Amino acid sequence: MGSFLLRRLAGHTVLALVAVSLAYLLAAAALHPCEPPAPPPAAASAGACRSAGEPLAGRYRAWATGVLHGDFGRTLDGEPVAGELWRRLWVSARLLLAGTVLGCAGGVLLGVYAAVRRDAAPDRIITAGTFLLLAVPVFVLAVLAQIAAAELDEATGVRVVAWAGEPGGTFGALGRAADGLRHLALPTAVVALSQLAVYCRYQRGVTLDVLGADHVRTARAKGLRRRDALLRHGLRAALVPMTTYFAYTAGLALLTGVFTEQVFGWHGLGEWVVAAIVRGDVNVVAAANCVAAVAVVLAGLASDAARCLLDPRVRTPAP
Amino acid sequence: MSVLVVRDLHVTYPPDLPAVRGLDLTVAGGEIVGVVGESGSGKSALALAVLGLLPPGARVRGSVRLRGAELLGRSDAELARVRGRDLAMVFQNPLSALTPAHPVGDQIAETIRLHAGATRRAARTRAVELLDLVGIPDAPRSARAYPHEFSGGMRQRVMIAMAVANDPVAIVADEPTTALDVTVQAQILGLLRAARDATGAAIVLITHDLGVVAEVADRVVVLYAGREAESGPVRDVYRRPRMPYTIGLLGSLPRLDGARRPAPIPGAPPPAGGPPAPCAFRPRCPVGGPACDVAPPEPVLVGVGHRVACADPAATLDPSRVFPPAPAAPPRPPGDRRPPVLRVTGLVRHFPPRRTRPRGRPVRAVDGVTLEVRAGETLGLVGESGCGKTTVLMEILRLDRPQHGRITVLGRDTATLTASHRRALRRDLQVVFQDPLSSLDPRMRVRAILAQPLRTHRVARAAVPGRVAELLDLVGLEPALADRYPGALSSGQRQRVAIARALALEPRLVLLDEPVASLDVSVQAQIMDLLQDLQARLGLAYVFVSHDLAVVRRMADRVAVMYNGRIVEQGAVGAVYGSPAHPYTRALLDAVPVPDPSARDRADGRQRTLRGDPPDPSAPVAGCRFRPRCPAFPALDAATRRRCEREEPPALPVVPGTDQDAACHRVPR
Amino acid sequence: MTRRLPGNRRTTAGAVLLTALFLAAFLGPLVAPWDGERIDYAAFRAPPSAAHWLGTTQSGRDVLALTLQGMRTSLLVGLLVAVLSTGFAAAVGMTAGVLGGWADRLLMFGADLLLVLPSFLAVAALAPSLGGGPGLVPLIAAFLWMITARMVRAMTLSLNRRDYVRAARYLGVGPVRVVVRHILPHLASLLIVDAALNVSLAILTESGLAYLGFGAQPPDVSLGTLIADARAAAPVYPWLFAAAAGPLVLIVLAVNLLGDGLRDALDPAIARCS
Repeated sequence: MGSFLLRRLAGHTVLALVAVSLAYLLAAAALHPCEPPAPPPAAASAGACRSAGEPLAGRYRAWATGVLHGDFGRTLDGEPVAGELWRRLWVSARLLLAGTVLGCAGGVLLGVYAAVRRDAAPDRIITAGTFLLLAVPVFVLAVLAQIAAAELDEATGVRVVAWAGEPGGTFGALGRAADGLRHLALPTAVVALSQLAVYCRYQRGVTLDVLGADHVRTARAKGLRRRDALLRHGLRAALVPMTTYFAYTAGLALLTGVFTEQVFGWHGLGEWVVAAIVRGDVNVVAAANCVAAVAVVLAGLASDAARCLLDPRVRTPAP
Repeated sequence: MSVLVVRDLHVTYPPDLPAVRGLDLTVAGGEIVGVVGESGSGKSALALAVLGLLPPGARVRGSVRLRGAELLGRSDAELARVRGRDLAMVFQNPLSALTPAHPVGDQIAETIRLHAGATRRAARTRAVELLDLVGIPDAPRSARAYPHEFSGGMRQRVMIAMAVANDPVAIVADEPTTALDVTVQAQILGLLRAARDATGAAIVLITHDLGVVAEVADRVVVLYAGREAESGPVRDVYRRPRMPYTIGLLGSLPRLDGARRPAPIPGAPPPAGGPPAPCAFRPRCPVGGPACDVAPPEPVLVGVGHRVACADPAATLDPSRVFPPAPAAPPRPPGDRRPPVLRVTGLVRHFPPRRTRPRGRPVRAVDGVTLEVRAGETLGLVGESGCGKTTVLMEILRLDRPQHGRITVLGRDTATLTASHRRALRRDLQVVFQDPLSSLDPRMRVRAILAQPLRTHRVARAAVPGRVAELLDLVGLEPALADRYPGALSSGQRQRVAIARALALEPRLVLLDEPVASLDVSVQAQIMDLLQDLQARLGLAYVFVSHDLAVVRRMADRVAVMYNGRIVEQGAVGAVYGSPAHPYTRALLDAVPVPDPSARDRADGRQRTLRGDPPDPSAPVAGCRFRPRCPAFPALDAATRRRCEREEPPALPVVPGTDQDAACHRVPR
Repeated sequence: MTRRLPGNRRTTAGAVLLTALFLAAFLGPLVAPWDGERIDYAAFRAPPSAAHWLGTTQSGRDVLALTLQGMRTSLLVGLLVAVLSTGFAAAVGMTAGVLGGWADRLLMFGADLLLVLPSFLAVAALAPSLGGGPGLVPLIAAFLWMITARMVRAMTLSLNRRDYVRAARYLGVGPVRVVVRHILPHLASLLIVDAALNVSLAILTESGLAYLGFGAQPPDVSLGTLIADARAAAPVYPWLFAAAAGPLVLIVLAVNLLGDGLRDALDPAIARCS
């Protein structure tokens, strides 16, 4: 198992390094901070503009050397990128992790349920719901959630959920926690919902494949009821392909984060990078790309590890 | 006492395909009843119906009683209490029937805990005992292994351990040995018999193989189109079959002794849910009369416990009048004066180790094979799965320089061929694959499939339709079939199309890769007849690859026996089958189930089953490759044993002056 | 066979809805009372009325006309991107599968690389330099082909090992002919289904870019820009938001229904040859 994961890690790392470099080069070549229509902010250091004129290769070399030492360069305003990066990373991670875990778990559960009740009313309702949800872009979903929250607040007369902004109350520990929860609830729900639909569709499909598998039939032949046979002998096999989907969906989750932060006014990485692209702030975009690439690679690794745990054939190849 | 009683069972698959149409079956405790039938006979539906495991949507009617208690119509929860405790099942495909995610010991222990209420610990101990009982080496360690770490035979042992875990009163085994090699099949059949002796369970053994039934069953039920055609004690049915179908089926079987050339039943078994004619066999029956068109024949007694569902049992008193034995094939001139069309010398093919296994060794699929085929002759190439026989074929078909050794096709060394010569040579060298469904493009009509070789080799456009019609006629297909897709043909028809395609360019050498292995017995006989007929008419040379020794006995002039990438024995069929010189050939021949119950007594006297599994071609053995399984090795004198351990035995003539070679140190020179 | 295929109902629903949306987008301007270019100085943020069926915007433009224009952009971008990316994926996947060896490893490394690259950010960074107009199509397509290419490659590999492909090769049929005759026809259903699903992905990407301001630039209109404009005032002026978001959701829903239904309908074929 260890050697399998190590090999995968090596492969992923090479990919990530090349991807990050490519991302820097793309960003550096495409963004021009000192030209109209995006005039440099007043405070922009003259150095940033000057360096933009240098050859790409040299800039890349300087940047890459810096990154290897943990230095992501400076923003157009002359601030170090790294400090802001870590602060905003925490904001985004808080939002995305909770949402992804909820969406993933909920989607898998609903998918299994729909598959078991295939063509019955619950399956039809779930299927219709996921279809609708899949057709709603995140930025529409987020706005709809805000409207719904506003209606709710109005109806109850209390501010049950905060529909914009980051938590930041000053009413003691309890108050802060409650405030955090209020602010977190809606964006997390949006992130979770947008992923739930994807996972639910996949899970329903793979579960249906497993329902007719020979080994599930064997489990019934030895005295398990249909449902127990599926849960004990089928589900694990059905989760194996899901790990691959999980890796593929990681990129999608990041994107969901960008839009959700934008709508809810969270000052996370997504919001930052969008603003940076508008301003042509190459170092910020490149740093965000690094984070995204690392996140995708980590997700890939997590999915490999999950596959290892779920499927003994990956751990110990046949003799 | 009757343990399992099935009465008037009907199974219908959606939308409206009857699979079983009124079947009676009675099995007593300690009895093994063989249920035989070809594809579409409803035998698997019967197994699933008894267990209550039919897919959703299937309808069942009738009665299934286990020790007097009705099983049909009971809820899933009630049936779950019976399944695995009183009534167990062994499935066909041991590769997919075990859950890949759990250790086998846990899977057996789960059965015990479900029904016996044992503690986790006790169940696990019992599971290890059971694994040991079914002959799995190092049971305590094996119990913690996962199914994919076992060979097919070992997995089937695990399935049987699971089935007998709770001392069931009845076991249903659905084609338990079909996916296994003959030597392993013999082991598993022995194990089933032992399981019956130990538990006293009633066993329903469902199979397509009449040899398997003759080997282990006490009674036999022959199914045809979802109904019982004939049933009775195995000896009576095999010796005096009374239903024309049974007569034809037994006659169709190729025999190891090559005694007689059977006459095939015409046509193909009806697909599941075929038209409910009064007698489903009527269209293929040579002795049918007006009485057959009135009502479905009810089984009538023709002997002690011997029933036959035939409207006119009097017509079948003399089996040889129903399907008269075909005239013996004309003797063929000896082959050694004809020119060789294929010569393979010291052929080697190693595959690189799989990338997923870091320290894997290369797979030595073919490791020094030498053989020769002369014009108009058939060379049979036999061996168990993984012995490299198909790889030999593929290496010849590549028409390219082999890794080692030399291949000469029609006098041309394949290592020196230019692209255009290679292309031209393909006209003379053709292939027929095992599974006709996968060897014909499902999106091409038969006409286009047959025209493809002609177009490829630039036969004049105007001549193509005529040639296609000719080819269809040659393989005995009606011209109307030219417009069908392969999916709309029966498997026998498909294989005829594949043969016609191979013959389109009038080749001189045809490589046949298990061409009848996927066909029903009655269709198998037709295709073998066709191949022999074509050989005689067109002067073809065949390389006939098969795992089935009886089929090779019937088809081949000479035979080569392969083991672990090498040929261990070759020679004229009569000589090799009559007096095998290599212990492996002997063991293979002994392991083949003979469709003659009286052969069972003969068999019980000697050591029939070969130990262990077919070898792993990536783990070479020093010296003789067969040594680890060799039944003769332990009894050899010390000097010979040392040679077996150190020297790879060369292929040498068994008797000087004949062409029977064997690679064994034991053979006296 | 006339047996009702399981995906049929969904396919029909998707096809009907999609056709209706197409007709509305391209023939709608002929029926609509107000021209998209004109500004109604008498109505700012007016609710729906006879003159403006869906009301007007802050700057007095007709919402219906804008929406129809946005739908045209979305539909065109979606279709073009899908054709382009699926075609490219088919080419790459089949080349990798048939050639194998180094070509295969190189192409698949490229695909994996683009999968790891945060594609949306890359597209966002590159989009402004392409002007946000028709240049978006190849740009989005360039980041949508990877998963399809992997699927095509896997299926090509499996088809390549099929007995009928080997039989053709041993008959002397050339490699190009083998691909055209025996491999491509079997990939067709997979490609059709995938193209349909890529349409919806492309539409979502385009509107997402436009929403963030990286896509269509004024005076061009996209459903994404309309949604962005209407967002802040959504609770107060819901029709503005609904007019932009509604069609987008409907288009994606229609395409998804069509694609999913097609897959179910074609699945037996896919299953049989995989």
